[in-house]
Amino acid sequence: MADAGLRAVEEAMAKWEEGTLKRVLDKSPEREKEFFTESGIPVKRLYTPLDLEEVDYNRDLGYPGEFPYTRGVYPTMYRGRLWTMRNYAGFGTAEDTNRRFRYLLEQGMPGLSVAFDLPTQIGYDSDHPMAEGAVGRVGVAVDTLADMEIIFKDIPLDKVSTSMTINAPATILLAMYIAVGEKQGVPRERLMGTTQNDILKEFIARGTYIFPPEPSLKLVLDIVEYCYRHVPRWNTLSITGYHFREAGADAVQETAFTLADAILYIEKALERGIDIDDFAPRLSYSLGCHRDLFEEVAKYRAARRLFARIMKERFHAKNPESYLFRTYSGSCGSTLVTRQPLNNVVRVTIHALMGILGGHQAIHTACWDEGYAIPTEESATLALRTQQILACESGLCNTIDPLAGSYYVEALTNEMERRVAEYLKKIDEMGGMLKAIESGFVYREIQESSIRYQRQIDSGEKVIVGLNRFASPGEEDLEEKDIFEYDPVVEETQRKKLAEVKASRQESEVRRCLEAVGQAVDRNENLMPSIIEAVKAYATLGEICGVMREKWGEFKAPTFI
Amino acid sequence: MERRKIRVLMAKVGLDGHDRGAKLVARTLRDAGMEVIYTGIRQTVEQVVKTAVQEDVDVVGLSFLAGDHMVLVPKVIRGLRDSGKGDALVLVGGIILKRQVRDLEAMGVQKVFLPGTPPARIAAYIQESVHRS
Repeated sequence: MADAGLRAVEEAMAKWEEGTLKRVLDKSPEREKEFFTESGIPVKRLYTPLDLEEVDYNRDLGYPGEFPYTRGVYPTMYRGRLWTMRNYAGFGTAEDTNRRFRYLLEQGMPGLSVAFDLPTQIGYDSDHPMAEGAVGRVGVAVDTLADMEIIFKDIPLDKVSTSMTINAPATILLAMYIAVGEKQGVPRERLMGTTQNDILKEFIARGTYIFPPEPSLKLVLDIVEYCYRHVPRWNTLSITGYHFREAGADAVQETAFTLADAILYIEKALERGIDIDDFAPRLSYSLGCHRDLFEEVAKYRAARRLFARIMKERFHAKNPESYLFRTYSGSCGSTLVTRQPLNNVVRVTIHALMGILGGHQAIHTACWDEGYAIPTEESATLALRTQQILACESGLCNTIDPLAGSYYVEALTNEMERRVAEYLKKIDEMGGMLKAIESGFVYREIQESSIRYQRQIDSGEKVIVGLNRFASPGEEDLEEKDIFEYDPVVEETQRKKLAEVKASRQESEVRRCLEAVGQAVDRNENLMPSIIEAVKAYATLGEICGVMREKWGEFKAPTFI
Repeated sequence: MERRKIRVLMAKVGLDGHDRGAKLVARTLRDAGMEVIYTGIRQTVEQVVKTAVQEDVDVVGLSFLAGDHMVLVPKVIRGLRDSGKGDALVLVGGIILKRQVRDLEAMGVQKVFLPGTPPARIAAYIQESVHRS
């Protein structure tokens, strides 16, 4: 806007403040003295063109599918293709999960997202003592290729895309997926999907690490390197901020630590001599959908812009695809409440809304009963229908980045970017993200935010409907209804199946393959080829991780309270 | 005579890595003047029992968010009793179904804190229970 125009706005606003506004404020003050976003960024009463004085439209916002991608990573966004509705599922045995997947595909869900049980995520077989009580509990149990064959039975791997929430043993699960594809006659070049494969956030927030940082990073990069050569449509690494948020970080920290992780992975890949434009296009990102709609939308837009700037200015990427901050985002489970659980349907609708307004490529909606159990088929369907209603009935997808140009959203996007960049500078000064993790900085920052947040809940400053406000009397004693029951027989069934697979495989071949994995570790080679051979011989996940545990040892994260 | 500070072991048994709640409670108890030891995630039953004995704690707080509590809690309680630490107050928090509360209490858990419990309420409960006994 021309200067004269802005000065006119300034004058008119001053007049409004002194006149209309003041008259009302004198009589009835506002609800609060000061207003803040969920993450504590001060929010003004009113945003006007004056807040966007510094914004250069073409430079800072631009056009969808073009640098700096503030308005979206693709030129037509949802007018071209809707996001992938991808709800996280997986439980019990491979048969149970296969049934749920086929059901979800029949309901029109185009992408699968596999939840693995904790023993699988931490590299233990179902018959390991540490696995007791956890087999098939929070996800599906996978011990050998035989389980993966069942999970994807009658699901053509060249037609669906599959996201696997797997990190420390991601090489092994990807190897199994490749092997299942081969058995279905689908060449690895045509496989589509994502391995989360983001070990840094496991060290910081999610906890399913196995090995120390250096070998862990090696495994991450083995997938990046292998897929760029052999599985070109695979999203090798989903750099995830979601779990920082769930561990207590605020939106600024969530974004900053995600980008700092990305910078570290990229540096490691460059050290291997891979060209940035060969691997960066296969990286994807994940952020949470928390409570504050405007802050979250600003967060996604700021992250896209800042990432593009980092790729261009810091890493000198040339391929525009390297600039794309493609995201899979979803409901922050920590915002769900177990009291009055049906209220969660509304919360999840808002999560999906911010995801759509934020321009994500895939969105996950939580189920209303997720706060205390594995979702039932009914609640899982409702979570999917929520996205379908928003996509088809609300008019949300007719134009691109509809919140752009809102004085508030643009000002908040700028503020987010500024605060995140400040954090990144601090991390750079510490010597990078690995140092920031090892020194405890990242843990402490998240812990302090988590404590601040809890205090705000305890004091009632942060309202949680049904919990610290609008709670219904007597409700604390109500029992949860219609919940999915975990069947303890799963553990026994899975152990029996594992014993059968072990009894029927060719033992000498398994030994040979495991030794080959060990040799590849010793020679510091890419482990993918030897792991693919090992899983095809039905070596177990625990056996393969066992070889690595022996060579590399195990990691214990520091704790700060 | 000055009363000894209440000693609390906050523990995560099993493979679950969600410890935001455990750490929040640990900090709250420490701020309330207790000695708090937090084990970190992924402890075995044996490790937790051993730490409880070594540190001579008054309270063992167990946090579960992955549904394995009905399997692991009885083992911790048995372990504590077998190693002469049966007098420790065992408290459980996390994602626990309401109908499991009575079963946990029958196993020897003193008190179960369900989702949404303000940490300060746990601190108050401990102070009252330990000083009474």
